Amino acid sequence: MARLIDRVGSVDGGLLRADFPVLDRPREGPRLVYLDSASSSQKPRAVLETMDAYYESSYANVHRGLYSIAEESDRLFAEARTKVGRFIGAPVPGREVVFTKNATESLNLVAQAWGRHHLREGDAILLTEMEHHSNLVPWFILAEQLGLELRYLSVDDHGQLALDDLERLADGVKLIGVTLMSNVLGTINPLGPIVEAARANGAIVVGDGSQYVPHVPTDVTALGCDFLAFTGHKMLGPTGIGVLWGREELLDATPPFLGGGSMIRDVRLDGYEPNELPWKFEAGTPPIAEAIGLGAAVDYLQALGMDAVRGHEIDLTAYALDTLTRRHGDAIVIHGPREPCRQGGLLSITYKDVHPHDLSQVLDQAGVCVRAGHHCAKPLMRRLGVSGTARASLYVYNDESDVDALAEALTQAEALFF
Amino acid sequence: MAGLEDLYREIILDHYRNPRNRGELPSPPARRVEGFNPLCGDEIVVYLDVDGGTIADVKVTGQGCSISQSSASMMSTVVKGRSIDEARAVIRAFKGLMSVHEARLDSGDGDGNGAAPADGTEPGVALGDLAALQGVVKFPVRIKCATLSWNALAQGLDEQGLDEPSPA
Ligand SMILES: Cc1ncc(COP(=O)(O)O)c(C=O)c1O
Repeated sequence: MARLIDRVGSVDGGLLRADFPVLDRPREGPRLVYLDSASSSQKPRAVLETMDAYYESSYANVHRGLYSIAEESDRLFAEARTKVGRFIGAPVPGREVVFTKNATESLNLVAQAWGRHHLREGDAILLTEMEHHSNLVPWFILAEQLGLELRYLSVDDHGQLALDDLERLADGVKLIGVTLMSNVLGTINPLGPIVEAARANGAIVVGDGSQYVPHVPTDVTALGCDFLAFTGHKMLGPTGIGVLWGREELLDATPPFLGGGSMIRDVRLDGYEPNELPWKFEAGTPPIAEAIGLGAAVDYLQALGMDAVRGHEIDLTAYALDTLTRRHGDAIVIHGPREPCRQGGLLSITYKDVHPHDLSQVLDQAGVCVRAGHHCAKPLMRRLGVSGTARASLYVYNDESDVDALAEALTQAEALFF
Repeated sequence: MAGLEDLYREIILDHYRNPRNRGELPSPPARRVEGFNPLCGDEIVVYLDVDGGTIADVKVTGQGCSISQSSASMMSTVVKGRSIDEARAVIRAFKGLMSVHEARLDSGDGDGNGAAPADGTEPGVALGDLAALQGVVKFPVRIKCATLSWNALAQGLDEQGLDEPSPA
């Protein structure tokens, strides 16, 4: 990690690539150009080694053991929670950070535990047209169970939420669910006015930080939301670990989600008493090594500095917008704000009428990995009037040469299909 | 490594750019069958006009990638004017072509209708242009695109059989 310390203040994607073994894997043909981090990021050696070392030297179940390696496990697991909490500016990391399996489970937890307990038939909740399915379907399920009214903030032609309608739509709602960054358009949504509208109505705000937390310095207090869900595998961590942050008093007032071991203080044949925060929401054996791996991922990002990460992505997004427009301006549509400072490092592309799957297949031959399809945001696809897009997304290990490879591979698509 | 030229053969691109038998048939009397691949969002609607055991007309609409759309176009040209039995033989032959790879890789991710011989041959069926789709098997995730319209066709013929059982 010493190398990282020297680089504080700026991120050099080309140099960092050496920390990510998969990006250097031997393969036939051109080197791997990984532009699908919005779907899942690659993992630095530091994360992989931390998880291996944990399994090799201290592995035991948490919460239960009174022997030395079990105590070590407990300590490492608790440290991971604190690291993750500090990373997002949680006021009480030890109680407010709930480990889940992924962002999807975190959002289902809010819907089924908080929502089912606090909402009633006829209550309204406000979502947006740009949500990922995982911030839509849990609310659909809840709406069916309780008889809720669902409302939506629409998306304008610049890929921004139509906030002119906010006051009207928020009137009387009990909850607002909104993504902090669109996984299709990259749009960074202004939480300020949304939180304000929620407060005016006594509603809570559930933020989906899956795309935001990995890329933008995050402070839950400054954001003002009440719950924030995100997922480890998009922020250099392993799969199988997600996070729900919630304000302490809200979590306290929320009944358990899943039942089982660890989440109880006492069990009798005629009932149970739930455990303290955060264990109340962590039924069963948790993903221990994954949590510790996520802690290592957070260490890695913090060594880079999240301001530097964001700066790097703004620069690279500007370069990508410029390069793609210059080289393919007539053929390409880039959906979204197209303003590096107001969006994340992801570009959803349609290339003439080439189907995104065909485009992605052609890019793959050049070693360029992009995601093609609806990106789990079908309502937004309908709004954009496309069946899908090809999405290139950037992270710390990308640099200009990756963008150039993308632009070059698009030229090959042109040659093939036209 | 399989190259793009294995997948995007000129004939395939031609059917993609100029799809044959594109359009709808009034339904009823025509039979309308939908095929949908939730993974890719590929959509196919096949219209079948079956008259006395013969596929008198077939039309296709839908949207999706070049493989799903060109395969549907080729399917329509091959089965139009054929008897139901002949069409079933072509379906088996095509499924065989698409499952060669699966049998070899033992991937267990076939389409389930594994009646075709594993070497992709069906006695007495000439595949013609369809053979161009053989390269798809080198790109396993695209096989479902290629078979989408064929599954819709098979479903339509099955439904037809239920409505008017052919004399034994
Ligand atoms: C905006 C957004 N929300 C939620 C998710 C779901 O994340 P996960 O699949 O890890 O639960 C994703 C990732 O696919 C996403 O991009």
